[in-house]
Order: sequence, then C-alpha cells, then structure tokens
Amino acid sequence: MKRSECIAMLYPELGDKAVVTIMGACAQELYDLGHRENFFYLQHAMGLASSIGLGLALHLPREKVVVLDGDGSVLMNLGTLATLARYRPANLVHVIFDNGSLLSTGGYDSHTASGMTDLAAMARGAGIEHVAAVDSVVAFGEAAIDAFARNDLSVIVARVAAVGPNYYGMDLHLPENAFRFRRWIAGRTSTREKP
Amino acid sequence: MSVSYENSKVIFQAIKDAGVTSLSALPETWLGLLLQHAERDPGVRLIQVAKEEEAIGVAAGAYFAGERHVLLMQNHGFLAAINGIVSLAQLYGIPLCMLIALRGHWGEPYPWHTRGGIVTEGVLRALNIPFEYARTPDAVARQIREAYTLSQSSLSPVALLLTRDLMEEPL
Repeated sequence: MKRSECIAMLYPELGDKAVVTIMGACAQELYDLGHRENFFYLQHAMGLASSIGLGLALHLPREKVVVLDGDGSVLMNLGTLATLARYRPANLVHVIFDNGSLLSTGGYDSHTASGMTDLAAMARGAGIEHVAAVDSVVAFGEAAIDAFARNDLSVIVARVAAVGPNYYGMDLHLPENAFRFRRWIAGRTSTREKP
Repeated sequence: MSVSYENSKVIFQAIKDAGVTSLSALPETWLGLLLQHAERDPGVRLIQVAKEEEAIGVAAGAYFAGERHVLLMQNHGFLAAINGIVSLAQLYGIPLCMLIALRGHWGEPYPWHTRGGIVTEGVLRALNIPFEYARTPDAVARQIREAYTLSQSSLSPVALLLTRDLMEEPL
C-alpha cells in the first residue's frame, strides 16, 4: 500500500481536526490533496511532530489532533512514545507511516527496513494501549475509523511502500503556515466559547 | 550544597504571576523543588519529557493552542534541544520562554558539568537567543515576566539562566 492512498482515505475526515505532519513526502501528499488552515507541516526538526501533537492535545481537550508521522522521524525521538503513554491524551491519533526508508532525504534504509525493529511493539512497550499495525488499505481504514471514534490515545503503524511524490513545493511560507494554523485554532476556541 | 527552598518558591510564584499555566520540564537537581510546587498546583499543567528536545515540540503545541507556557531545563538539556530550537521555533517564529539551570559555571565542583557550563553562553550567542542571568530572588520575578514578554513579541526563543547564586543555599 502507498502512503498517499492512506492519506487520501483520511483526507475527508481531517476538515475539523488539528493536523500535524512531518516533512517531505508526507507533508507534500497531504498538501497536494488541498491545503487547509488546520494543517501544520513540520518541514524540519525531525521527531517533533508527535511532541507538537502532544502539546496541542493536552491544551485543546475538545479538539481531535492527528499526527502524520514516519519511521525515520519516530526513530529520532523514541522517547516521545513513552511521553505520549504517560500523559495519554484521549484526543490524539498518532499515525506512523513506516516505509523502512529515509525517503525524503535520499531513500536510505531506516532501521525498520529489515523488519527486525517493530515500531508497533515499541509503542505497546512504551505503554500505549491502543496500537494497530496494518499493511493494507482496508485495514488502515478500519484502524482509522476506530481511532477517530475512540476517546483514547491511538497509534496506527502503517507499513507502506517507499514511494513519494515527483514534485516537492508549497505556496506557503513556513511562518505563514504557523500563523494561520494558530489562527484556525483561535477561531475554533472563540467560536465555541460564545454562548 | 543544597537547593534553595525559598528561592525555588519565589521562582515558582514568579512563573505563576507571569500568567503561565503550562510548564514543560525535564527534572534535575536545581529544578526539583520548583517542579514539586508545579505538581501540587492545580492551576499549572506540568508536562515532563524524556528528553529536552521534545519540550520544544510541546511548547509549540501549547503556543498554537493559545496557552501561556514556560520551559524548564538544565543547560545540557538546552544543548540537547538545539535542532528543535533552530528548526522548529526559529524557523517558524514560535516563542519559547526557557528557564535554564546553569550548571557547570562559577563555583561548580563537579567536573562532569563544566564543559556544558563553559559553552552555554557562547552557544546562546551563536543562536541569537537573547539571555540574562538570574542571580537574586529580588529580581527574578521581573526577569521571568520580561523574558516571557520578549519571547511573545519577538516570536523567538529567549533564555533566562538560573545561576548558582539563585538556586543553591549559601554556604
């Protein structure tokens, strides 16, 4: 299965959720479906997308937060799994696309390429209760439906092919993305607080 | 040498008085008493991380959520967080108000802290991070308030270095 198929399947569900993606192919594939103000693309600082998601989820308990992560990024910040488990934000869905590759930085094998390193097992070992490991589009869709419906921290590890888009580029400056993302959240919060 | 109970209390109250409602931290000796206050206070959310770079992400999430957030870390944790500071906070214009325990500096008896202590100021300068030294309990409340204000107006990281004079009981 391709990551782009999974993201396309999620896309219709993301309109009302705060979404954080990692850099490169993952960000580009979401952007290419149509940018929305509630999407934040972390184009560097590998590993921190899930930490941003944790900060969002704990401080916005009434919003659903979705992190689109990757094996290379998670491997750079494995402690995040334990921190997520400790604080267990009920409104966070952490999707890890595992393509066994550092695709966006040259396509070198990551530590998960051999199949020895199991990110789902690591998430479970960190103490996260709801972890789904999927390798088909149908199973991904089912896991996503469960995760969005569940009022508890959910991790989905999706084994995907190491392929990405042919073109990288966005008509969106990085600080502009941050400002607009924050404004979308502020708008949600202020609308809800009105009587 | 023991950590100053009184000054830890003063610093925590100063953080509260700055309107801060959310803290991220990696516990360490000088910050221990301060974090105990945070744990006991229902008006403050404390998020402990496994490594300090995580806290840069958590702080960004808190900022996006409109929450007033301060980061507590040791200077070696600051050194461990640099890519997050550069490639998240500085790249995207996200404010960080960092209170950093300055270990390994004037009066440091432990050799293992010294390299980090000696390079901290130079690294802050290289990163263009405005910083001040907090040395006395009388000034620290104003310093925390002003560090927070500058981080928000400049949309960038700001550091307040918590020194031995402030954090340890005098001999």
